[in-house]
Formats: sequence, C-alpha cells, structure tokens
Amino acid sequence: MAKVLTVKHMNRCIACYSCMLACSRVVFGRFSAAKSAIQIRTRGGLQSKLAANICIGCLEPSCAEACPEEALVGRKGGGVRFKTEKCTGCQVCVAACIADVIEFDEADGKPIVCIQCGSCARFCPHGVLEMAERPVEAR
Amino acid sequence: MLNENRIRILYIDLTDKAFRVEERGDLFDWLGGIGIATKLFSELVQSGADPFDPGQPIIFAIGPLTTIFPLVTKTVAVFRSPLTGHWGESYAGMRLAYALRFAGYDAVVVTGAAGRLAYAVITPEGVEFKDARRLRGLSTEETGRILREAEPGRGHRSTIRIGPSGERRVCFAGVNVDTYRHFGRMGLGAVMGAKNLKALVVSGAGSYPITDPKAYRKAYEEIYNRAVKTEIMDKYHGLGTPANVVPLNELGALPTRNLQSNRFEKAEAVSGEAFARENLVRKLACTGCPVGCIHVGLFRREFAEDYEYETVTLAYDHELIFALGTFLGIGTREGIFSLIEKVELLGLDAISSGVILGWMTEALEKGLITEEQVGAHLAFGAVEPYLEALDRLVEQPNELYATLAKGLSVAVERFGGSDFACLLGGHEMAGYHTGYGFVLGQTVGGRHSHLCNAGYALDQEHGILADPDGMMRRLVSEEKWRQVLNSLCLCLFARNIYDEPTTEMALQSVGIEVSEERLKELGDRIFNLKLETKKRLGFKPTQVQFPKRYLETPTFQGQLKEEVLRDLHQRYLREIGEY
Repeated sequence: MAKVLTVKHMNRCIACYSCMLACSRVVFGRFSAAKSAIQIRTRGGLQSKLAANICIGCLEPSCAEACPEEALVGRKGGGVRFKTEKCTGCQVCVAACIADVIEFDEADGKPIVCIQCGSCARFCPHGVLEMAERPVEAR
Repeated sequence: MLNENRIRILYIDLTDKAFRVEERGDLFDWLGGIGIATKLFSELVQSGADPFDPGQPIIFAIGPLTTIFPLVTKTVAVFRSPLTGHWGESYAGMRLAYALRFAGYDAVVVTGAAGRLAYAVITPEGVEFKDARRLRGLSTEETGRILREAEPGRGHRSTIRIGPSGERRVCFAGVNVDTYRHFGRMGLGAVMGAKNLKALVVSGAGSYPITDPKAYRKAYEEIYNRAVKTEIMDKYHGLGTPANVVPLNELGALPTRNLQSNRFEKAEAVSGEAFARENLVRKLACTGCPVGCIHVGLFRREFAEDYEYETVTLAYDHELIFALGTFLGIGTREGIFSLIEKVELLGLDAISSGVILGWMTEALEKGLITEEQVGAHLAFGAVEPYLEALDRLVEQPNELYATLAKGLSVAVERFGGSDFACLLGGHEMAGYHTGYGFVLGQTVGGRHSHLCNAGYALDQEHGILADPDGMMRRLVSEEKWRQVLNSLCLCLFARNIYDEPTTEMALQSVGIEVSEERLKELGDRIFNLKLETKKRLGFKPTQVQFPKRYLETPTFQGQLKEEVLRDLHQRYLREIGEY
C-alpha cells in the first residue's frame, strides 16, 4: 500500500522549518516556508510544545469529493493528487478539508495542497516525520 | 532582495511615526548583512552625538542567502555602542532573519525616539506604531507573551524585546529575540530603551520564485547533507557549546573567580555533560538550521518545604556557564540556572553581567567598594547576593550601581581596580583564557568579541608563537573572511561548511555572480570601512590596555608577558596599516 505522511515523533521537533522550506522548494518551486502544505506551529510560544499541521492522507478525501473541477483526485493509499491546471481557485476544498489544513495562496489563487511526496520527511533532520503505511485499522 | 540586484531597506522614524522603503542598487556591491549594515551605519551615524541621541541609527540586516540555505540564520544589528562609545555590532538567531526575509526587507534602519514607550509592527505592507505603556518594566518573557497574543502572524513572525534593564539604559542591556536567542553584547537593549522602543514584531509569510530550481536544489541539498549527515556539526548539536567547559578546564583556560584562576575545581558539575545528563529536555533550532544547537534545560526549584516546586526552562551555553558560573565560583547547575533566569528576565547581557559581578566581588574584598554600597555580601560561590546585585544593577539605587550600569570600564575610572577588571578593548571578556591570541584578538577585533578573529582558536595551534608576524596575519585574514561570512549572516558555527568554494556555489545558484577575488575584496572593504568609522567615533587603534589580571593568571602558553603583547600589537598595527 502507498505510504502517507505521518508524524512519528512530534516531541523531537526542533522547529527548524526544514520540512516547510523543502515543501516550498521541491513541490511549489518557491523560496518560502509559508507556501508549504506542512506547517509547524508552537502551541503558545517557543517554550511550549510544537505541533505539525499536515494532510492526514484520507482514504476518502473530502477535498477531492468537494472539488467541482476534478482538480483534486483521490490517490491510492490515501491523500490526493492535484491537477493544478484544472483548479479555478474556488476554495471549496479549503472549507471541505476535514483536518482543516488546506491553506489558500492568495498570490497565485490556488490552494496549498499536500501531494504526499515525502519531501518534508526527507529533509527532517530529527526523525519527526515519516512516510509510512497507515495502520490496518485506519485503512 | 531575492532575485533582484538591489537592497531593499525599510527606514523607520520613531519620532515622527513614519516609514519609507528605499531600494538601492549601489548597496548590492556590499552583498548583505554586515556589509550593508556597515555602509548604512557609516552614512548615518552622528559622530558628534551621544550613543543615546535619538538621531543615532540602529541598523538590522540579513544576507542574500538568509533562510534559503541551511544555517544562514542570523540578523546583524549595528549601532553606536553605549558600552564602548563607538562600534556596536551584535548577532542574533531564532526567527528574526526568517521574518525579515519574507517580510521583504534586507535591512531595517531605526532612527528617532518615540514620545512614549512604543513598539512597532513590521509587515510587508509597512510599519504600525503602537502604544507600549502597558509593557513598561515588564520582563522579556512577559513582554513576549503579551505581544504574541496581541499580534497576528503565528509561526511566521519574530518578537524582539527589551527588559527593564534596556528601559533603564543599562549599557550592557541586550535584546531578547524569540525567547531563546539574543542580541546580547554591546548594549543594543539600552539603545532601544533610549528610543523608547520596547519591542519590534516582524511578520512575514511571503514567497519568491526560484529562478534556477536545478542549481539551487543541488546546492541546497549538498549543504544540507553536509550539515546533517557528516560529523562537522556534531559538537554543536550534541552537547552544544557547553562541550567546551571540560576541555578548557583541562587546558587551564577556563576563567574562574574573576580570572584569579584558570581552572575550576567544580568544572565537572557544571560541564556540558552534566547539564545534558541532568537538565537537558529539548533542543531547538533557528529557522532554517537543521542542526539545532539551542539546548534547553529544565530547572526545578524548591521554593518552600513540603515538596513545593516550581519549574523553569532556560537555554544554556558555554558563555553563560562561564560568566554566571565559573567566573563567579558558582559550582552548581541550579545556581547557574538561577542567575541565567535573572539576566534573561531583566534583559541583560549575561557575559558583561557576570564579568562585572566578578569584579565587584574582588573590589569588595579589597575594600575599593563597601558592603553598604553593594547592599549584599558578594562572595564567590554564593548565588543569592549575586541575584540581588543584578536587580540593583538595573534599579541603580546609588552612585556605585549607576556607575556600574555604564559598564566596567567607566566603573574602574571612578572606583579603581582596573588591574583586575577583565576587560579587553573596553568590553567584558569572553570565556577563553587561552593566551596571546585571545587577549590580543578580543582587544583589536572590530566588535571586541572573541568571535571577531578567533584568536582563542589560534592559541590552540601548536607552535603558533614562533612566528608572531604570521600569527598577526592570520588574525587579520580571519577577521576579513568573517566579514564575508557575516555579510551572508550565516551562523559562524557553520564556517567549516561554508568554505570559499561552497559559498560561491550557493551564491551562484541563486544568481549572484561572485569570485574569490570579489569576496576577498569585499572582506577588505568592510574591514577598512568599519575601522575608519570606529576611528571617526573616537576609537584609537594604537591605544590599548592589557589589565594585569591577564598577565598574572597563567595560560597553557605560560604566564603572558606585557612586552610580548605590546610587540604583537605593534605587528598587528603594521599588518592593518595603522602606525
């Protein structure tokens, strides 16, 4: 079964943003950390724990179900593929996402969608993120 | 600016609550960071006016590779130092450089003074000026919390703020950057205080197109892999800078009890290993650094009987263990954490604070100052009196403290005791009593820091003293190369990753054409303009002092001799063309 992005060890995060920079760089071709489908956040300043807002790789992705243009289509193993050229920027997916993790990039009029490529995990220096098969009960 | 051969500067005038943005093509030749900050400062500083004059500028700058390459994480601040009276230069990490990058500013110039205590919010759209009267007297921590809740931009912003020490113009007040990093040295906090500027919040979540994705990704990955998958950065991630404590102690280079000794009998208890084993709870990184050298320790304090505890988490580093530990004879981690907590909340520079407390302890012993003036029985190894004295350095209840708040070099003029005041170039010493390279290096360095030219590292090279001219050439060439690295504003811990070819590769991958000659010329140019500007502000390179304490307490090079230091200094002056 195809793998999906998983937060394996959140407590090990050092807040370096390498994952966010990797997503921007590799997937979106941008120098940025905001244009990234993964977002690291503190829970209340840097003295607090950290959290990762990520695409949870739904098997029945609500964003794809809601997309009127078929720009988002379900991906085998979980998550979606994103056909940018079909996207009209209607933002229906943003509202439909059950994990509330799709941001909209006002500058280019498209959602910032995770395509489950694993670039963020590849550039995580501390083993926080991992591409893994989902557990059986969640399939 | 990314993808543009221009430098984008945000000018903020606090007096008129006004701002403007200017793009300058001519500054591109200064690359970024300390290059553009040196140029801008030299244009704007008022040599006839006091460091606290509202007209004096504070320049913040980042470099062309900021955030988009691993470990390029620093922001430089240049200002007229109230501590030395001339060149102030300080670096801080955490999120400030990232926020400036994506707010779209290569440099921010702050002039003027707010009529009432204020803070300013910097966004891509410009600047908002806000009332900070509710923040008056608040610690750096509480100030940070309130601003975090008041201002938007979670995850993509930076909050830099001063504590009560900056508001009260203590000349060694620093600026807290996002809780765990600081513009520590040379008194930027006091300069912000003089401008009635409690804090700056910088918020930026922009993005820029990558023009040559193939070249850029290749360069990025090569550097990332070197940082993460080789041993180059292991020391910094593992134990962090406190890894130095034990080896420096073994060398006889660990300044102890106001440098009365070069070894500390309790070094083991305050070593990096002991802190890691007993207190380390997490590591954090500056934005864009995959190494993560920020070591956060947990400190549990019993505040009453019957199992009453409170818990504090604090970042610790070698310089803090030295300045607030060994230098004061404090041999417990709990004691060091208590002192770190105090300087953090007050917003003081830890190094200068510790060195001043060390001098006070000895001055009290010798009768140069009285217990009545000090208001506490300072003694090496006793934590409580030091905590009280730190509060008084900020409150300044009498002439002694008001004078000390101007820094140790002013205090010894009034009270004597310069022989045992651990100053170099008018600046409180760093934690390496390694020998001639350190003493001379900090004395002559542009910002009077051990990091200017790494003389302490030179000391540890075998046989270095056999060729004094060669040694001085090395100090100068290192300082000039570091001007290039500081123009990029990368973390100097990464200096072994960013050698000259790597630096060129990174710059070229984002469209900045450089050559070995150009970088070398840049280093020379910044070095020279800095020296010229310092001289304009009253600095005299020929006049240096080597306090007796450095000559009394031996190093592993033996006891240092004043005539050798003087001779090295003459050779140094010849090397830089000043004699």
